[in-house]
Amino acid sequence: MTRPANAITRYTTLNRVNHWINAGLFILLVLSGLSMFHPILFFLSGLFGGGQWARAAHPWFGVLLVISWIGMIIQFWRANLPSKDDIAWSKEIVHVITNDDEHVPPIGRNNSGQKLVFWSMTLLIPVLFVTGLLIWEVYFGEATSIPVQRAAVLIHSLAAICAILVWVVHVYAAIWIRDSVRSMTQGYVTPGWAWHHHRKWFYQLAASRRVSKTTPRKNP
Amino acid sequence: MSDMQSQDYVRRSATTMTPPKARSHEDQVAKLIDVSRCIGCKACQSACMEWNNLRPEIGHFEGSYENPMDLGPSVWTLMKFAEYENEQGNLEWLIRKDGCMHCEDPGCLKACPAPGAIVQYANGIVDFISDKCIGCGYCVKGCPFDIPRISKTDHKSYKCTLCSDRVAVGLEPACVKACPTGAIMFGSKTDMTNWAGERIEDLKSRGFAKAGLYDPPEVGGTHVMYVLHHADKPSLYSGLPDKPRISPVVELWKGIIKPLAVIGIAMAAVGAFFHWTTIGPNEVTEADEAEADRVLREKEEEST
Repeated sequence: MTRPANAITRYTTLNRVNHWINAGLFILLVLSGLSMFHPILFFLSGLFGGGQWARAAHPWFGVLLVISWIGMIIQFWRANLPSKDDIAWSKEIVHVITNDDEHVPPIGRNNSGQKLVFWSMTLLIPVLFVTGLLIWEVYFGEATSIPVQRAAVLIHSLAAICAILVWVVHVYAAIWIRDSVRSMTQGYVTPGWAWHHHRKWFYQLAASRRVSKTTPRKNP
Repeated sequence: MSDMQSQDYVRRSATTMTPPKARSHEDQVAKLIDVSRCIGCKACQSACMEWNNLRPEIGHFEGSYENPMDLGPSVWTLMKFAEYENEQGNLEWLIRKDGCMHCEDPGCLKACPAPGAIVQYANGIVDFISDKCIGCGYCVKGCPFDIPRISKTDHKSYKCTLCSDRVAVGLEPACVKACPTGAIMFGSKTDMTNWAGERIEDLKSRGFAKAGLYDPPEVGGTHVMYVLHHADKPSLYSGLPDKPRISPVVELWKGIIKPLAVIGIAMAAVGAFFHWTTIGPNEVTEADEAEADRVLREKEEEST
């Protein structure tokens, strides 16, 4: 890939591969899950070969997603730990949304919105997994009582709706903050991007000399 | 069971539009099971297997007259035997033919996500159209009576059809036909309710003061009704629900949450689009790059 000499690596190859496996599974889950949620979306089951197939495949996608998400947690939990900056940043959320970046306080590697996406998913995916197992008719249909399954299916759908809303925010934010998508497809951002969006992170990198100015160092 | 054009749908699962209703002027039917006249012979169970070509796997003797011990994908009706010691200390053997109650407001149909997999005909029969069933088990959660059973072999849900195929051509259900004591009757719901009234009068005159008809209004009434000697305590009859209703959890899930969630997700996407078209992308400028470069240069000079 054509990578500028001064590019900053934001996501490693492993980060990216894991993320896109996760993204693929999540999309499959959303499509198959929504097909069983509202009749106007039942046609989505056709993408999986029909209702029976969508019903059969959905829980397996879920199992794979849990494995994939464990990988995401291992790689990203540290970068998503809350910090003091989150409060200051969150207070200026109106300026964030209106692209008024002059009034947004500098933030580290991840901002509070990104952390919220990470922690929401880290909470919701286990909830979806456990409630999903309880309503997995083929293997666990008789494992629990019907009232338990009723509660599980309600919690499962509510958690799924929350996860989809978080996902919509996540996808739009990636489109809105230009060149974020490239950081997850090709792995790098420019120094200007880091300076603009994650200034504290940029200063950390500059201080630890993990980033070079326009002319790259010969022997890093 | 099967898709019978001769009996028109008044309700159809997972359907946002009104099913074809033009030919829906039909009498409401009902099966009346007079528990007080049942001798527990299981002719109804055999007739059901015979007519519907059901052959459940042969099980084991479990020390009970109940055989098999539960409804199943191939057991659509089951005689349930309960021993009850009444206030006088006498034993009463309460035998109830269990199976789908054919609710006027069916919880299974409400919960079903597969369009047309569960239908209700104009005559009131609730039927599973098996080729449209996806095997999710939501009907099990919707049912207030714990009736549907999912097959482990074909992953389809099954239950009593009230012999919709027989009823469609003017015959009574197989269990009714086979019953030797007339404990199971079939006809219009009005006739069956009237007949039950006579039976209840009779039972009351014989000392069953609490005799009554089981036609629970919480599910809009049912198209399978019972005459019970103890109508005040239906649960005596092997756990017949005293107040059956579609669980509020299911009502919430399939009621308000379903449309609200779809609207919510759509609004989120629309909102995002309009953010893009009004406020627009947040781009990195040349100035940002220059500024970043300046910082890097400074750092480099500091360290040298």
